Amino acid sequence: MNEVSVLIGGKAGDGINSAGAMVAQLLNHLGYRIYLYFDYPSLIRGGHNFAVIRGSEQSVGTCRNHVDFVLALNEETIERHKEKYTKKTVIISNKDLVKNGSYGIPVKTILAEEKAPVIMGNSALIGGFAKAAGIEWEVVDAVFRRHIPKGADQNLAVAKKAFDLFDPVHPINKCENGSQSLVSGNEAIGLGLIWGGLNAYVSYPMTPSSGILHFLAEQKDRFGITVVHPENEIAVILMALGFAYAGKKSAIGTSGGGFCLMTEGLSLSGMAEIPLVIVVSQRTGPSTGLPTYTGQSDLQFVLHAGQGEFPRMIVAPGDAQEALYWSERAMDIAWKCQCPAFILADKTLSEGIYSLDPDPALNRSGSEASLWDSKIPYRRYEDTASGLSPMAFPGAKDAVVKVNSYMHDEAGITAEDADISNQMTKKRLKKWETLIDVMQGHTLVIQSGNPDASTALLCWGSTKGVCEEAAEELGIRVIRPIVLAPFPIVQIKKALMGVIRLIAVEENMTAQLAALAERHGIITHEKILRYDGRPFTVEDLVSRIKEAGI
Amino acid sequence: MTRTIITGAQNTWCPGCGNFAIQHTLKNLLSDREKEGKSLDDVVLVSGIGCHAKIADYLNINSFYSLHGRAIPVATGIKLANPDLTVICCVGDGDAYAEGLDHLIFAAKRNIDITVIVHNNRVYGLTTGQYTPTSPLGFKGRSTPAGTAEYPLNPVELMLASGAGFIARGYTRKMERLKELILAGMAHKGFAFIDVLQICASFFPATDYYDSHVYELPATVSPDFESACTLAREWDYNSDARIALGTFFARVSPTFDERMIPVPVGEKERERAIQELLNARM
Repeated sequence: MNEVSVLIGGKAGDGINSAGAMVAQLLNHLGYRIYLYFDYPSLIRGGHNFAVIRGSEQSVGTCRNHVDFVLALNEETIERHKEKYTKKTVIISNKDLVKNGSYGIPVKTILAEEKAPVIMGNSALIGGFAKAAGIEWEVVDAVFRRHIPKGADQNLAVAKKAFDLFDPVHPINKCENGSQSLVSGNEAIGLGLIWGGLNAYVSYPMTPSSGILHFLAEQKDRFGITVVHPENEIAVILMALGFAYAGKKSAIGTSGGGFCLMTEGLSLSGMAEIPLVIVVSQRTGPSTGLPTYTGQSDLQFVLHAGQGEFPRMIVAPGDAQEALYWSERAMDIAWKCQCPAFILADKTLSEGIYSLDPDPALNRSGSEASLWDSKIPYRRYEDTASGLSPMAFPGAKDAVVKVNSYMHDEAGITAEDADISNQMTKKRLKKWETLIDVMQGHTLVIQSGNPDASTALLCWGSTKGVCEEAAEELGIRVIRPIVLAPFPIVQIKKALMGVIRLIAVEENMTAQLAALAERHGIITHEKILRYDGRPFTVEDLVSRIKEAGI
Repeated sequence: MTRTIITGAQNTWCPGCGNFAIQHTLKNLLSDREKEGKSLDDVVLVSGIGCHAKIADYLNINSFYSLHGRAIPVATGIKLANPDLTVICCVGDGDAYAEGLDHLIFAAKRNIDITVIVHNNRVYGLTTGQYTPTSPLGFKGRSTPAGTAEYPLNPVELMLASGAGFIARGYTRKMERLKELILAGMAHKGFAFIDVLQICASFFPATDYYDSHVYELPATVSPDFESACTLAREWDYNSDARIALGTFFARVSPTFDERMIPVPVGEKERERAIQELLNARM
């Protein structure tokens, strides 16, 4: 199978991410499916940044340990990543800064000859890489013109000088596939929310969720939405609830620390029955933790956050395609069930770049939320069989729309009496059943790998890619709930048929999904955990599964 | 259709509470609005949590009874979502000057077109008598039995520093003037702030003090910032001084909701835009 991995490294501020995106596009145009992992410390300038671009004939969502090409913008890159080299690894470097790279490019001279600014130096390395990888010049030309339309000629002139320096060293094959769209997980979430009818996105910057804020702020006019960056996360959630009360679909995004500040507002959303989509993109905690590294340690937090009892939906997409689909679903379900819906992501998904089907079926599968039929008097919390009360919004003729954070009666007026408290608590919690009904008909649990294997991995979220590859190599099964609340017990039990040995794979130290599953009577026999902020690689996971015993 | 402006909810304010005066003022003002042929359907009241906030239960209009300190971000969201709504925020002094101070400052800074009425009784009533940010130095409350060790803040001065476009102070025993101030605040296009001195019958009965110290500012308002600052500093909510009632400052500037309003894009057009974006990433 055609397969290639490229590492680009340099200092923070060297444009590693954009150079990585160009390499990803070159491979994309050769028909490779892409996953790009970007690793950077929490600083603006200096420090070591690197991107690994993996291309494969089949869909990928993870990296391997070895790389075939290294594009070294500095000496440190070569030193740091030695454990990833094989005998065949080709090192293309900036000759001015790197002494012992095997394929050195005189970047400074090329830039001087082309009178090009320093920032175009990366194009020289990309040109050199293209030739070493046997990529035809026409492909390079097309990709540059398409993806850096501004200054394409000069960038191409720089790239061509480096391209002409070498002969192909380690030619890679063209794949049969057509090219796809390359988007980050954060962009896919943003697009899914738009597709779900988003009117307003409210967010305070916090890695790794900020990409959604940046993307939607940049694209807001194109989609006709309002994007607000308020004073703090408390204001974020309250503002979003204000939007929804007034009838506008809103979503918010943050990471664990910011979500801590939102929990009071979350509970308000539960009590006042105001729909809201909340994106929580996890990073390594506790507290500030590792701001730019990944983790899966907030599942139990998101499951239980907020005082009191109220229904919530939690979905954990495994890649960009699922993020796009489920973000639309989350918006629809939040409005249908008048409750908070979470999209639980992590750094790996949020900031990773994936191949996405460029032609997704944009048909809205949702039916409309329950709306008021103009019968007077309007009662916001009318008790119904489903627990869902028809919604009206301020401005509607003769509807007095009263929402309330206190225990309240059907009209929304504060009530502290025991009977009303009983009735209204039951009314709100009836919506758990309604939520379960609404979720039926969706694929809530994905089973992949060898369906006959008696050993299965149990995982969630962004470890999809790595678990699926490891399972394929070892001939075992993968069972992955996409929806974590309401817990899809029926579908999980079905997927578990014939499984004798269940191994939890999670990027936390306490196996949070395994704990959740256990509460539903599902026992895991082994736990493979990683909590250093770095995602599992395929080799890494395969060897740990073997260690644990299939 | 005219409506009964007071709901059937049982009123639980203490006898003599200043909140009655604010409720009565709002009731009259809403009733006048209806008589002028304007609908109350597009009026929204947002409250925090505290004695003041019960007004959300008592007034028969759209309301969002929110959280302690958090009425203002809710009101901001509502106004951004639908600029045609008239959004009134009733907040307390503990509510807006302690728990949610950040939101008050930012609402003023943004110039969001909402009217914030602070029921400033200078004490926590519902939690039974603790000091608030506007209690005078040495105030003996249940959390400070020996008296507070900190000066109050001056909300009028704070709002001037934060960029508020309309700043006024009212008093619950001057109801006609209070109504004029709230009406002027609602008519002001942009952020309007009205600090309303009210007595707390149970924990801070300051009627005699206010009655003997208040005086009326002239009806014409100077848009001069410097003189507004001087006027704001006349009484610092602590020392013994004359207490001005009226509008301290009024200046109209572009509002946040005007600047943020999106141009709507239809569903089909959105789908096309998503498609275009995905194509550009190929």
